[in-house]
Amino acid sequence: MIDKITNWTKSDDARVEDAIRRGASRRELLKMMLAGGVALSAGGAVFGRAERALAATPVSGGHLKAAGISASNADTLDPAKASLGTDYVRCCSLYNRLTFIDVTGVPQMELAEKLDTKDAKTWTVTLRKGVTFHDGKALTSADVVYSLKRHLDPAVGSKVAKIAAQMTEIKAVDANMVEIGLKAANADLPFILALHHFMIVQDGTTDFSKGMGTGAFVLETFEPGVRSIVKKNTNYWKPGFPHLDSFEFFAITDPNARVNALLAGDVHFASAVNPRSAKMIEAQPGFELVKSTVGAYTNLNIRLDMNKPDFIMGMKHIVDREQIIMAALRGFGEVGNDQPISKANVYHNADLKPKAFDPDKAKHHFQKAGVLGQSIPVIASDAADFSVDMAMIIQASAAEIGMKLDIQRVPSDGYWDKYWLKAPIHFGNINPRSTPDIYFSLLYASDAPWNESQYKSPKFDAMMLEARGSLDDAKRHAIYNELQTMISDEAGTIIPAYTTNADGISSKVKGLQVNPLGGMMGYAMAEYLWLEA
Amino acid sequence: MNADIASMIGKRLGLSALTLLIVSFAVFVATNLLPGDTATILLGQAATPEAVAGLRQAMHLDDPAVFRFLRWLAGAVTGDFGTSYANNMPIATLIAGRFVNTMELAGLTAVIAVPLALTLGITAAVLRGTLYDRIVAVLTIGVISVPEFVVASTAVLLFAVYLKWLPAISFVNEVHSLTDLLRMYAMPVVTLTFVVSAQIIRMTRAAVIETLSMPYVEMALLKGASRSRIVLRHALPNSLGPIVNALALSLSYLIGGVIIIETIFNYPGIAKLMVDAVATRDLPLIQTCALIFCLGYLILITIADIIAILSNPRLR
Repeated sequence: MIDKITNWTKSDDARVEDAIRRGASRRELLKMMLAGGVALSAGGAVFGRAERALAATPVSGGHLKAAGISASNADTLDPAKASLGTDYVRCCSLYNRLTFIDVTGVPQMELAEKLDTKDAKTWTVTLRKGVTFHDGKALTSADVVYSLKRHLDPAVGSKVAKIAAQMTEIKAVDANMVEIGLKAANADLPFILALHHFMIVQDGTTDFSKGMGTGAFVLETFEPGVRSIVKKNTNYWKPGFPHLDSFEFFAITDPNARVNALLAGDVHFASAVNPRSAKMIEAQPGFELVKSTVGAYTNLNIRLDMNKPDFIMGMKHIVDREQIIMAALRGFGEVGNDQPISKANVYHNADLKPKAFDPDKAKHHFQKAGVLGQSIPVIASDAADFSVDMAMIIQASAAEIGMKLDIQRVPSDGYWDKYWLKAPIHFGNINPRSTPDIYFSLLYASDAPWNESQYKSPKFDAMMLEARGSLDDAKRHAIYNELQTMISDEAGTIIPAYTTNADGISSKVKGLQVNPLGGMMGYAMAEYLWLEA
Repeated sequence: MNADIASMIGKRLGLSALTLLIVSFAVFVATNLLPGDTATILLGQAATPEAVAGLRQAMHLDDPAVFRFLRWLAGAVTGDFGTSYANNMPIATLIAGRFVNTMELAGLTAVIAVPLALTLGITAAVLRGTLYDRIVAVLTIGVISVPEFVVASTAVLLFAVYLKWLPAISFVNEVHSLTDLLRMYAMPVVTLTFVVSAQIIRMTRAAVIETLSMPYVEMALLKGASRSRIVLRHALPNSLGPIVNALALSLSYLIGGVIIIETIFNYPGIAKLMVDAVATRDLPLIQTCALIFCLGYLILITIADIIAILSNPRLR
């Protein structure tokens, strides 16, 4: 059997495909395969292997078991407090948002029928008619007003209080229409309303343990830190959805246990598979990996107010991005160019090239800064994914030109509170966001709450605000391109790679697509998936 | 004589209550020394000063630490353990289900591990120096030396992933038949049995050997008593003290210390709940878990002491 090749997986297929596209000769390809442990006679099978098509007719029914990565006594069904993928998945199955982001990264209407504005400052939301909550109550503007206004109350502890603060006026026009007045013009409102925290709950809800929403599933059981089971909402307003009869979600925090549970057939879906276990899944028939690179990254932050500019420039050139992807991320990443907008975003600046790995240039800058021979502390922690491995790769490159980096590995517990943003040189970990404006206002504006390198530029702030208020897309593209260049050149945040998330699934699971909001179809997979009989 | 025993037990209970109080205060102080509080942890990266202040106020985290402790203590004495900071659910509800799970796992393990370990320990002592004794000794040392996560992970790979005989993780809520129960508990219980038996075997063997070398055993031998009578009737009751203490120590580990097993098998027990609680600085939950662990330990040790005293006429 020549098409039974062990040790050859889909990632290798992808590598060969990529090589062919780059114009590799047959000789080079054979060399690659030999390196991958494939006999010459088996070569044909590799070229001939066809990907199974995702497109098929959905089947109704079935109970899907999915395992997430984190469980905690802080698990919640309150969308405002949702903080982890686990919470997002549950909220997405129970509630709806006004808008959602589709697989191409464009906002689509969900509970809103349309969003209108003339100046990007005052928006009217017209609600979809005929939508009901799980208890039969019809959706009205009062529910929307309540859901949005909650975020402004500090006692709620909303994760998006800062973003919601720009909604200075939220009022019902009539039973079916809501007016949102913004502090300043913001053309991105459709993207903002698609954030998982802006799920629409029932007016007056304070106890969220019932998960009363308009979503595709009705809550059956929810035990924080243990599991949740939801049952199909037979009155769901989206015709034909959901496909599943029920959906069970729990977390298996240990990465190996998660993969084991998938391979043993105990779960259909294991999210965020460690690259180390990837081969194990890909090599087994009946299992697949679904990869998505949507803009999550781990970055090295060098504070501009505590370090010399030449030192930062030197560091940007001593980071071997390819090696980080190969060794630290095991191929599960794409090269980054020191700015947060990845290829998954429509506003990505493709002309901006990553800084080359150039030890000579780096040495020149380090000499100019007068730091050669000194020992510079760098804080890394398991709290920021892969940062310890990345730090060691950078340390080794730097040591070769006589630059000594002292890697201090600190505990995960309390890392975000104690070290992140505070230490002169440290690692950060940023999850994907839907718009450049969210990244910029969160991370790079002069008053940004998470200004990781203390980057302050009045020009940047002004351009960011201009793009935010503009409804002219071409102009926004031009401004965002320039802002990306400014961050890449001026800020102290080194983003060596965007990390790839890989979800492991049983081949029975169908309908899973890659969404720019993150793995598990931007956490909203429950209503789209189906189980092959 | 009975009055003495009663007063002794009374004294022990009084001391236990005091210990509990001291432990809960120590846990409280230690938790307060940890960086951050529930508000900053819950908000995580989104913790702006205003957001933290708002949430702190809503959760009464601004009250002086001593007040919060006393409030919890006053509740706990009346059986009300308060509500979780992290998700506003009553602590009792959060703990109840998982406490039952923990007790089930601990109980099943004890039922298998204790008779097994005692039998192996006693037989090894009686057959001291034989090949059997050596094999038991080597296996015991081997089991002590291999960390439980290695045993558990290897078992999962073998029995769940490759052979597909057993589930890789524990679905506690899906036990409908005896077969389900056996399949689910097989790996966790066997792994834990390895961990707790080893210590008991060694202690039992040592204690029995020591009593077997006593003059009265020789006397019994000279009087012509059978071997089993010497061991079971004469030696064993006199070595009961150290054995029950070893048992109590090993079993108390099952109540709060099986975090690794709970993680690998995704078993929703109380040890993991406490670790989660520490991660979110959920004080009432941490306190209550600590109280349960401490109480379990005290109960087991007290029972062990009482058995030791009752089995020894000189102490009685």
